[in-house]
Amino acid sequence: MTVTDLVSYEDALASYDPVMGLEVHVELGTKTKMFCGCSTELKQDANSQTCPVCLGLPGALPVVNEIGVESAIKIGLALNCEIAEWCRFARKNYFYPDMPKNFQTSQYDEPIAYNGYLDVQLEDGEIFRVQIERAHMEEDTGKSTHVGGATGRIHGASHSLLDYNRAGIPLIEIVTKPIEGAGARAPEVAKAYVAELRELIKALGVSEARMEMGQMRCDVNLSLRPNGTETFGTRSETKNVNSLRSVERAARFEIQRHAAVLSSGGTIVQETRHFHEEDGSTTAGRIKDNAEDYRYFPEPDLVPVAPAREWVEELRKGLPELPRLRRARLKEEWGVSEHDMQSILNAGAVDLIVATTDAGAPSDQARKWWMGELARNANETGRGLDELPITPVQVARVAELVTSGDLNDKLARQVIEGVLAGEGDPDTVVEKRGLKVVSDEGALSTAVDEAIAANAAIADKIRGGKVAAAGALVGAVMKATRGQADAARVRELILEKLGVEG
Amino acid sequence: MPGITREEVAHLARLARLELKGEELDHFAGQLDDIIGAVARVSEVADQDVPPTSHPLPLTNVMRADEVRPSLTPEQALSGAPAQEQQRFKVPQILGED
Repeated sequence: MTVTDLVSYEDALASYDPVMGLEVHVELGTKTKMFCGCSTELKQDANSQTCPVCLGLPGALPVVNEIGVESAIKIGLALNCEIAEWCRFARKNYFYPDMPKNFQTSQYDEPIAYNGYLDVQLEDGEIFRVQIERAHMEEDTGKSTHVGGATGRIHGASHSLLDYNRAGIPLIEIVTKPIEGAGARAPEVAKAYVAELRELIKALGVSEARMEMGQMRCDVNLSLRPNGTETFGTRSETKNVNSLRSVERAARFEIQRHAAVLSSGGTIVQETRHFHEEDGSTTAGRIKDNAEDYRYFPEPDLVPVAPAREWVEELRKGLPELPRLRRARLKEEWGVSEHDMQSILNAGAVDLIVATTDAGAPSDQARKWWMGELARNANETGRGLDELPITPVQVARVAELVTSGDLNDKLARQVIEGVLAGEGDPDTVVEKRGLKVVSDEGALSTAVDEAIAANAAIADKIRGGKVAAAGALVGAVMKATRGQADAARVRELILEKLGVEG
Repeated sequence: MPGITREEVAHLARLARLELKGEELDHFAGQLDDIIGAVARVSEVADQDVPPTSHPLPLTNVMRADEVRPSLTPEQALSGAPAQEQQRFKVPQILGED
């Protein structure tokens, strides 16, 4: 393996201007495949979700999934696209065993949605408009396992095994126009675009868009041109970049690699490249001819899709608030900084916090638990926040118990711990673990008296006006009650008994 | 005069993974040229007001509700496979990488 020469990112940008094109594939969350009624459920037995249509058996006739078309229109509308009045499917012909039909049913020169844009927000708040070329409908391919090679890679494999459960699952491919003018921020723009697109897809409810599960995949096309020139350079296409961080790294790496090749007088080969998660590098894949000969032709087994304008308008009316605008509104309502909002977004906590406040919790409490205790637990156990076995309603209940004084923060953490451990809902955990704050004034009063008696010197200081010293006595009482006292009330009692104004 | 050259036939044969001998290329190039010529006459009679058609029936929007229907069993799905392993279709070494 040859070591790829790179120039520093700064040097690359001093001489060259990057132009990007991003292609994102989204697997729709429909119950069935795009052209047949086979289930799309993941992680099922190999080849248990196939039929004559998705296996491409002779005589089988595909029929398009209504929700697949509807989802495509929703995505198009949310991306400010025009929706075709009439469009067709096309066969993309190629020989590769991931499609048993020897072609992929896609759309060619008549995409269902075209000419749109998506505004994305960069870290510093700047809005960058990414122009959308098109969004079209197609189907996913089967899953190959390469056998006999050293690393499960295709090179050196003796044969391959195919599972066609995924073949035919609806895909929407979203293609940007060339992204120009981003300069040094191109990798950041790429990441922000994919992140915003993912939020949008989720808000539309058409897919969960989990990149780690391959429900959303990105190809990064990148070329450089000398600063101050207009003509695009030769591009490389880095395939299947499957996390937000990787999108940024892949773009950055390609900028540095292209610059190294170009500045040493070389030429960029138009090719696909593979991204390597371990070190953020890319390596050469297949050489791509400019006129790749897929011999597209209109799919004769499917009739044209001509979405009625009334339907399109109805779908437009039902579009959710755009994620970026919703975040701006929530940021305002919650009174948090841009930076905090970004952290909440990155943690995948926006919807959870909203659901928790909807369940009655004050937003600061909701944020505190999801971004604190729960985020920590999710991190430690390698789960997403939404995968934790606790619901927003349960978190809201914990917040309520804190507000009412039944729990203090320390106890609340134990309650959450109990819920996460599967001990039941918050009230059950409080009951079982005996976690109520000691609110029995008699017991508290006794505990305070004992603490004062045991710490006469400190008590004298407080009597003498050193109110700050009360903390030590509060600590003693909390210790005596094993944390189950309301610290604020304890402080009040101490000052009261010592005849000092708080 | 539309038509197809011997080189184009050779290119298409490669894309279709067909191995054609020299004389076959000559033979098919001639035949395909005749066919394309015949079909091209359709464009001569079709005026601007006749849209190109890809389907014989004037239908649009034939769609299916998103409801799961039974699939084949893995055994049925694999019954026509020349080779199988681990309940999967077994295919020879793939040379061109995608």
